[in-house]
Amino acid sequence: MDFLSQHQPEMLPGKRQLPPVQGVIEAPHGTTIVAATFPGGVVLAGDRRATMGNVIAQRDIEKVFPADEYSAVGIAGTAGLAVEMVKLFQLELEHFEKVEGAQLSLEGKANRLSTMIRSNLAMAMQGLAVVPLFAGYDVDREKGRIFSYDVTGGRSEESGFAATGSGSIFARGAMKKLYSENLNEQQATTLVVQALYDAADDDSATGGPDVARRIYPIVTVITEEGFRRLTDEESSEIARSILERRLEQPDGPRAALL
Amino acid sequence: MSTPFYVSPQQAMADRAEYARKGIARGRSLVVLQFADGIVFVGENPSRALHKFSEIYDRIGFAAAGKYNEYENLRIGGVRYADLRGYTYDRDDVTARGLANVYAQTLGTIFSSAAEKPYEVELVVAEVGETPEGDQIYRLPHDGSIVDEHGSVAVGGNAEQISSYLDQRHREGMTLAEALKLAVQALSRDTNGSEREIPAERLEVAVLDRTRPQQRKFRRIVGRQLSRLLAGDGTGAESEAEAEGDSEDSAGSSGGAGGSEDEK
Repeated sequence: MDFLSQHQPEMLPGKRQLPPVQGVIEAPHGTTIVAATFPGGVVLAGDRRATMGNVIAQRDIEKVFPADEYSAVGIAGTAGLAVEMVKLFQLELEHFEKVEGAQLSLEGKANRLSTMIRSNLAMAMQGLAVVPLFAGYDVDREKGRIFSYDVTGGRSEESGFAATGSGSIFARGAMKKLYSENLNEQQATTLVVQALYDAADDDSATGGPDVARRIYPIVTVITEEGFRRLTDEESSEIARSILERRLEQPDGPRAALL
Repeated sequence: MSTPFYVSPQQAMADRAEYARKGIARGRSLVVLQFADGIVFVGENPSRALHKFSEIYDRIGFAAAGKYNEYENLRIGGVRYADLRGYTYDRDDVTARGLANVYAQTLGTIFSSAAEKPYEVELVVAEVGETPEGDQIYRLPHDGSIVDEHGSVAVGGNAEQISSYLDQRHREGMTLAEALKLAVQALSRDTNGSEREIPAERLEVAVLDRTRPQQRKFRRIVGRQLSRLLAGDGTGAESEAEAEGDSEDSAGSSGGAGGSEDEK
């Protein structure tokens, strides 16, 4: 990136001159991303909807990307800018790895993403914010970790679970009641899909599982073995089993009162 | 008053070429061979940290003999070129041919500029294709010319002898273990024709493996896997190596940007 900023600065996000604008720019926005850790790894999942105002801009957008072998990033906010940011982020991690012959630490990757969000601050002030969620497996500490960000690039590490995007308040509420520290991988994937279901239930900008079109949330798992994205069959199975139960209990599983 | 000493351009170029060739000849040789599933790089390298081979991009590998600081400089330049290309256009638009051209320009300019000393390096840029016919191997000598090679290529000190040895014995569709053994045999031959033993710890081996599910096809072969491939009698070692490759590949199977250089 340092090389790029000297060589072709116009290629970098945040280095472009912005025309003065009045009002809100209409551009597709991605919505809800959720993540949860479990012993041995972390899951990161996102719904499939992009909205533009009250219109659904895209039904099957992909908002969770592998950043490198041991980390992934899920994006909420202006889709076009976010996808570009992820592309540059992936490039930078790969470039570092090839030039130095070693991977960046997870902490280093998280800091790098923070700087990239901050460089987008001018756009964010005009309503084109990008707020990702970063999750990865820390090879040194041997555990999954989650980092959340705000529009100014402020970074905070989350313990247990986190969510970002318009449906995040509902998703976080759901996870708060369902999360426990000793979930296994399969339970953790179910947890995040439950949380996305609850987000879609209450937030119009978040898409639920679309059985008719076979569009299901993207669920990724990062463990010691590296990044893995659940196949469509696997994620449809999770979504369908949840749907099945919700036909009887529309509000989902109940937590104990006391 | 002394008159400036006249040196004919031919003589000046010949001197520079001689200088560069001597520098390269001091370095250890390395060989690059095609095999059934890709391209293998084999060289003698006592250092574990300073690599002779490295990944440039998804399907492109780099090998160099000669002076370390000079080829490392070129390697980083190549990684930058490839990453910038891939980011600007698409990952598919980064080709070995394009990269070889950039290297040829750089080496050629340095070689003919009177202000700089010529680089004492010889490079190999290889790209693995979907099929063996799609494989490309380019050899770039110190003066900036490009040689399009097929089958096998050797660069470094003893290159001519090694490449004639390889030309006679290399055939298409070899397994990895066969290709590796042939390469080691070729490297162990001394200038005077006698053979010496190169232990596995002193070998640096990397492959561009077209069967790898990840986007990035470059993989180093180290440790147990290497000794097994060298010791095995061909087929057995090959299938074991594949089994290991599979378990390791499942790590980042759908990871587009996954696949690390130092996996093990």
